[in-house]
Amino acid sequence: MPSTSTGTGTGRHSHRRLARFRRPGAGAGLLFVAPAVLSLLLFLIGPILMAAWVSLLDWNAQSNPFTGDYEFVGTENYQELLTTPGLLRTDFMMSLRNTVYFVLCSVTGTTVLSFVLALAVNSRVLRGRSFFRLVFYFPAITSSVAIAMIFLFLFANSGVVNGVLSWFGIEGPRWFNDPGGVLHLVLGWFGVDQPPGALADHDLGGLSLWQWAAGPSVAMSALILLSIWTSSGVFMLFFLVGLQDIPVELEEATAIDGANSWQRFRFLTLPLMRRMVVLVITLALISSWQVFDQIFLISQGSPVKTTLTPAYVSYVRSFRDGEFGVGAAVAFVLATIVIVLTLAQRWLGRERA
Amino acid sequence: MRRRGPRRPAEAVPVVLTDRFSPWPRRLAFRTVAYGLLALGTIVYLGPFLVQLATSFKTDAGATANPVSLIPSPVSTAAWEIVAGDNSAYPVPVARWVANSFVVTGCVTLGRLLIDSLAGYALARLRFPGRSAVLATVIAVLAVPNIVLLIPRFLVVNQLGLFNTYAGMVLPLLFDAVGILLMRAAFQAVPPELEEAARIDGAGVLRTFWSVVLPLVKPALVTVTIFSFQGSWNEFTHFLVATSDPDLATLNLGIARLSAGDLAGPTQFPLKLALATLSTIPIAVVYIFFSRYFIRFGATTGLK
Repeated sequence: MPSTSTGTGTGRHSHRRLARFRRPGAGAGLLFVAPAVLSLLLFLIGPILMAAWVSLLDWNAQSNPFTGDYEFVGTENYQELLTTPGLLRTDFMMSLRNTVYFVLCSVTGTTVLSFVLALAVNSRVLRGRSFFRLVFYFPAITSSVAIAMIFLFLFANSGVVNGVLSWFGIEGPRWFNDPGGVLHLVLGWFGVDQPPGALADHDLGGLSLWQWAAGPSVAMSALILLSIWTSSGVFMLFFLVGLQDIPVELEEATAIDGANSWQRFRFLTLPLMRRMVVLVITLALISSWQVFDQIFLISQGSPVKTTLTPAYVSYVRSFRDGEFGVGAAVAFVLATIVIVLTLAQRWLGRERA
Repeated sequence: MRRRGPRRPAEAVPVVLTDRFSPWPRRLAFRTVAYGLLALGTIVYLGPFLVQLATSFKTDAGATANPVSLIPSPVSTAAWEIVAGDNSAYPVPVARWVANSFVVTGCVTLGRLLIDSLAGYALARLRFPGRSAVLATVIAVLAVPNIVLLIPRFLVVNQLGLFNTYAGMVLPLLFDAVGILLMRAAFQAVPPELEEAARIDGAGVLRTFWSVVLPLVKPALVTVTIFSFQGSWNEFTHFLVATSDPDLATLNLGIARLSAGDLAGPTQFPLKLALATLSTIPIAVVYIFFSRYFIRFGATTGLK
């Protein structure tokens, strides 16, 4: 090891060497952490502050938002989204409705399915568990673009899903072209084709209650299936971690006491997994509210705006219409929704635990 | 906490938790149903990738007429010829896209390795003013919804004059809170005596870090590498807003633009799926070789 200070024996040098024996000074620490802090400030905190400023402007990205040509409009962008009747508010409310259904269905589906998958690959009597684990996790690490291409084909009018359905004599829907709300369709089977007067007459944010109650459109349902398919592998791993933390001794003791496997699951596994379930629901909620890639790649909000989501509205308003102030405002409203829901959900989860 | 004995080997399952003594018809029934469901699961989770591969060798008409069949008939390599650039009538700059993907992915991965390990070491071992504030901030930004950064990142990239540059594609992706926390945890697990010994032998901070500590956290470095590779290879939205120049398109962005432009609508599925296969291959290869890292750390880092 090359030594920088050869021992000359003078007082100054040995003092310097002694100093090196002590813990490294503050300088090294600051130097080591500098690149991370710099990238954090420049590309995370800086951008958020800048977007907060832009959300108060009428600005089209053609000039400098600090010195250039812009109009300060205060909270007008937010008002247009939430209170002022108009196309923007209707679009935004539409996107909220779509996303509420998307989140409800995909979070429920993902949580249940990933729990079942985790139980299956954790089972002690089955072989090939690690193989199945690899298979179920693979969609989660594949790129959203590749998956979008696959799902465009799976759910094409003459695609794989409709091909399989036809084996059973079922004529599949025109998935990505069908704007029909699933709840409306089900009501239609029972002869409810027209909205009951009360639902048609009252409106909330520019949409009638009947429109709010449409359920996810058929097109959105396909995207829900995509979301469940891709994210269940990740949450399977979460549940697997939780299941493997349950001491074998505890299960053994319960079994010796005469509990059958259903009772072991219901009264031992499930209560011990409660915290993990809360965590998974929280994380699934956060990621599904932000759905963007699939919408951009597959449906672009169509048919009839039934797959519009806030993130997509934010993108389109900014990059297609050049209204970056509006786009940034949408992003902040979306962030607020996500954060409020996360806090509410954590609070609920803690109450019951 | 109750004391637990030495860990059992994975296979030594208590006999009461197995079905060894249940009556054989029940056991048979249970296993048939369980394996049946696992087989169904495998079809559902793996099937789409097989369809992807099979369809990429079909003709356009064959893909529409026989979507479910996994055996292309007639077999056609037309889609792959376009992907390979052999079809002069339909040029698609796939080689350029792949090269861009590798450049950007390589830079992001190297950058993250450097930044994450330096910051992780500082936060685990070095004392400096503001340390706890930095740590708290790194943890806090984990809660920032990713999509909220879409427009803000464009704004900063644009403001800094980095729009349509490799730097604008790479730099905003370098900060990686999960990686920093992962490296910090790995450094904390290294016994401090080693560093003290190195220091007494006259090694400076950088030397101790580089030659003594870093080799001991290889598993964490591998984890950061594969997740950075996977994350930036699959990245789509940031490149979508940070570039408009077709020459800078990564593979995924190129596919997305093609699919929204020339190939819009239910046409040319073999070509779309050949491109999708190409984009899946590097991830699949890394996954096969490093699967245990993916499975072990997937629960901590698998989320965007």
